[in-house]
Amino acid sequence: MAVAVRVIPCLDVDAGRVVKGVNFTNLVDAGDPVELAEVYNAEGADELTFLDVTASSADRETTYDVVRRTAEQVFIPLTVGGGVRSPDDIDRLLRAGADKVSLNTAAIARPELLRESSQRFGAQCVVLSVDARRVPEGGTPTPSGFEVTTHGGRQGTGICAVEWAQRGEELGVGEILLNSMDADGTKAGFDLEMLRAVRAAVQVPLIASGGAGAVEHFAPAVHAGADAVLAASVFHFGQLRVDEVKEAMRAEGITVR
Amino acid sequence: MPGKDAADTACSTIARSRRCGTGSLEGVARVVVLDYGSGNLRSAERALERAGADVEVTSDRRAALEADGLVVPGVGAFSACMDGLRAAGGDGIVDRRLADERPTLGICVGMQILFERGVEHGVHAEGVGQWPGTVERLHAEVLPHMGWNEVSPPEGTTLFADMDPDTRFYFVHSFAVRKWETASSETSRAPLVTWGEHGEPFVAAVEHGALSATQFHPEKSGEAGTRLLRNWLGGL
Repeated sequence: MAVAVRVIPCLDVDAGRVVKGVNFTNLVDAGDPVELAEVYNAEGADELTFLDVTASSADRETTYDVVRRTAEQVFIPLTVGGGVRSPDDIDRLLRAGADKVSLNTAAIARPELLRESSQRFGAQCVVLSVDARRVPEGGTPTPSGFEVTTHGGRQGTGICAVEWAQRGEELGVGEILLNSMDADGTKAGFDLEMLRAVRAAVQVPLIASGGAGAVEHFAPAVHAGADAVLAASVFHFGQLRVDEVKEAMRAEGITVR
Repeated sequence: MPGKDAADTACSTIARSRRCGTGSLEGVARVVVLDYGSGNLRSAERALERAGADVEVTSDRRAALEADGLVVPGVGAFSACMDGLRAAGGDGIVDRRLADERPTLGICVGMQILFERGVEHGVHAEGVGQWPGTVERLHAEVLPHMGWNEVSPPEGTTLFADMDPDTRFYFVHSFAVRKWETASSETSRAPLVTWGEHGEPFVAAVEHGALSATQFHPEKSGEAGTRLLRNWLGGL
């Protein structure tokens, strides 16, 4: 009896619509996050993540509406991230039906936000999302050799990614979503070295993200210490299906649902 | 959608076999989700509706006492949940319902607070005390215990009736009851305890007369959760 490794599809949502094209057939509206959420649920997704990339605050109302409609249709956990700045933002998302909220840039600017959020809503719903990369040549060295980035990986912060994950745990987050900005988009596999480094430093569950391109990429991430694996585009464009990924992991002796 | 069809079938079955009081949809179980400021109430409401219940989310004492079934949700810290429950008079509502043998279901921290006490980060808090035992931090490599896990229900279970042994439910918690402290052997109806395991065994569910509880979230456990809620509604 062991907890199953979770497979988590991530949807980028802009003003209430799924970003980029989708190959799924039989959808009435391929741009509707709720319909896609149902597809992923039917394929065996263990959780769902929405990354809100809405730029204009005026359009953020639509995010709450999408979360509300999804939570009414799909009965698996839903995490929402992107542009979350304050405990009040978290409160609104949870009230709309999110189960967890991920914090990223705002927590880098003010780490106490993590403690406040965890104390007010519970560790179980606060996810620290860390966009990290190897320190580039000429950059400020960090103890782990990995640094936290902002602006989609374009700007280094000089903060050690492993120390930041530890700090997040101390401040009360319930989970860490580790996005490798080096692996992201390469489809060459997860950043196993970075996963191992963070796994060795924290006790909270670790979600691997960035680099998935084939079903055989997922098991190594789990062996490197990931408790869950997240991918966006490979699911989104229909290159991989959630059930295929789980089957491949099962064949490697990994417990999946 | 198969889920919807199944829910409709469950509804009509209940409708044929039950006759409820006036003021409700005829024959459909009326369930109150207790709103005391904790938990993802909307999810619980929708999942119960999907399982075939007529659901109201409220802190109203009378509605909570009179409903066919009462659901006590809960997330976050034990002591904060207990404070919220007391402030809403929820502990008294649970007592009163159980005295009248009216079905009540605790979920997650809503289950934990039914025990005698909780210990979180060195803080001891008194629980409702329906069951003996202490809610304390699990000993496991990775915490919180977050994700889908199996459970071991005992013979005679209602909640897990007709489910495959490999059915998984969604858990998210760091604290749990690690030892079941048996009450008096004179107890006429011994509690049915379902165990889970994460690093070590812990209590994953309890069925004890009118009072049931799950450490996992049936409202977030997809089809398995809907089946469990339907099993509970079937006993109302």
